[in-house]
Amino acid sequence: MEAEYPMDMIQTEKLVYEYEKRDEEGNIIGMSRAVDEVDVNIKEGQFIAILGHNGSGKSTFAKHINAILTPTEGSMWVDGRNTKEPEELWNVRKSAGMVFQNPDNQIIGTVVEEDVGFGPENLGVPTDEIWHRVEESLKAVGMISYRHHSPNKLSGGQKQRVAIAGVVAMEPKCIVLDEPTAMLDPVGRREVLRTVESLRKKKKVTVILITHYMEEVIDADKIYVMDHGHVVMEGTPREIFSRVEELKKFRLDVPQVTILSDELRRQGIHIPAGILRKEELVECLCQLS
Amino acid sequence: MSIKLEHLDYIYSPGTAYEKHALKDICLEIAHGEFVGIIGHTGSGKSTLIQHLNGLIRASGGKLYYNGEDIYKEGYDMKMLRSRVGLVFQYPEHQLFEADVMSDVCFGPKNQGLPSEECKVRALEALRLVGLKEKYYSSSPFELSGGQKRRAAIAGVLAMRPEVLVLDEPTAGLDPKGRDDILEQIAFLHRQSDMTVILVSHSMEDIARYTDRIVVMNCGEILYNAAPKQVFAHYRELEQVGLAAPQVTYIMHDLKERGFLVNTDVTTVEEAAGEIIKALETRR
Repeated sequence: MEAEYPMDMIQTEKLVYEYEKRDEEGNIIGMSRAVDEVDVNIKEGQFIAILGHNGSGKSTFAKHINAILTPTEGSMWVDGRNTKEPEELWNVRKSAGMVFQNPDNQIIGTVVEEDVGFGPENLGVPTDEIWHRVEESLKAVGMISYRHHSPNKLSGGQKQRVAIAGVVAMEPKCIVLDEPTAMLDPVGRREVLRTVESLRKKKKVTVILITHYMEEVIDADKIYVMDHGHVVMEGTPREIFSRVEELKKFRLDVPQVTILSDELRRQGIHIPAGILRKEELVECLCQLS
Repeated sequence: MSIKLEHLDYIYSPGTAYEKHALKDICLEIAHGEFVGIIGHTGSGKSTLIQHLNGLIRASGGKLYYNGEDIYKEGYDMKMLRSRVGLVFQYPEHQLFEADVMSDVCFGPKNQGLPSEECKVRALEALRLVGLKEKYYSSSPFELSGGQKRRAAIAGVLAMRPEVLVLDEPTAGLDPKGRDDILEQIAFLHRQSDMTVILVSHSMEDIARYTDRIVVMNCGEILYNAAPKQVFAHYRELEQVGLAAPQVTYIMHDLKERGFLVNTDVTTVEEAAGEIIKALETRR
């Protein structure tokens, strides 16, 4: 039944976030709108991607999801709770966990399992239950064999998986990842994405991924494109990546295979727009000849 | 005019529990005017390697020659080396510190002991080279966007008019347009002047597009040192060491498997399109 009528995980109504611009002496010289009347509706279990250039407001928006920031105007509900209500703060943070760009800024423990246990401990989870969760979440990200290691000896991709395990251990319904692969090498990037995918499939966690790598979002249920604090495009990856010119206007790009397909089409080869995977292109070309 | 590394070794914290052999027997020559890419997984030794090039790290063993001169010999002018070999670190914008962009870019030449008029001339030249608009010259670095800050930081190194420009992941964290803009600007600089450029990156697509030669690092050693086409032909081996080939290279391999007569040593979209069209014509 639930699958047919998924619950709203995140909902916003004309969400606005403004901050004060100050001069060197600290006097307020004006207001700046980082997020401007954003309406989104994200269902439980969905995989959502947010794209946008540097300064488009996507990270500011993301920080609302676990109430690091609260709206200046409008509202946001996470799992039905209004993030503006101070008494809901802990519940909101229990529902939505965040993973940031730099793994080195997120790891505090001197031993991997200790780091992962920090979150649930802070939530007041009983000790036996903490150990259980630590084990489960390290297994979920494929890092269980490193449980007794020191985090600073790990690769970037491994550290980022430990950071994800730390969030998973708090058993959130929703995980927000803000450019989690920006600092990683190709294999580290793949490790993190596979981990996220398995969380999505096995634990049915709602995932919100912010990234500058277009290839990472081709499996998303929906993509939101932000520009100047607004949502300017919204649709499936195929819909979004068919609109190459528009994306370029917003300083974005499309996956390399999509560029290649477009180039071929321009040169008179009959292949459809919005090709996202290399397998699709290869299949199309085989059909042609 | 070149950089030459002979059997270079580097060991971090020797004699302690943290001892790590970060570079092992590195032999490498980079000729004047080349555009060289360095790739390798996190911790493979790329950043350690490039910090040797301007003498920030002193090798534990082996020799490093700059323009034929041994930089480790007694009395070698390290200060001069540092202005000849400009190093742009990861996230260089974190190192902006002056009140306005202009002063920040002037800092390098000022430190070289140049008169302030000359510093300004060089700063203006550098700011134009990175394509930062004039209206930002008097802004505080904090008012700039991520991409603009990065340009200002690169200008700070260019203002010293280096002969060699070394960039450690200059596009990390930038949006696609910012990424392309910065790389296009660097490629333009390279074409226009005779500057040697050394680019460290995790983006195989960018490395394939811009460099003449790729050095692949793995566990402190050089695994490959060849033209992009030759290096990416080893895509399976690259995957074993945390890397990959550009997406188009994989497409060509798949097409070949399905009976298309395509060259698999393709590394850019343009080449791939050309190959596919040729193959489709012969199939018909």
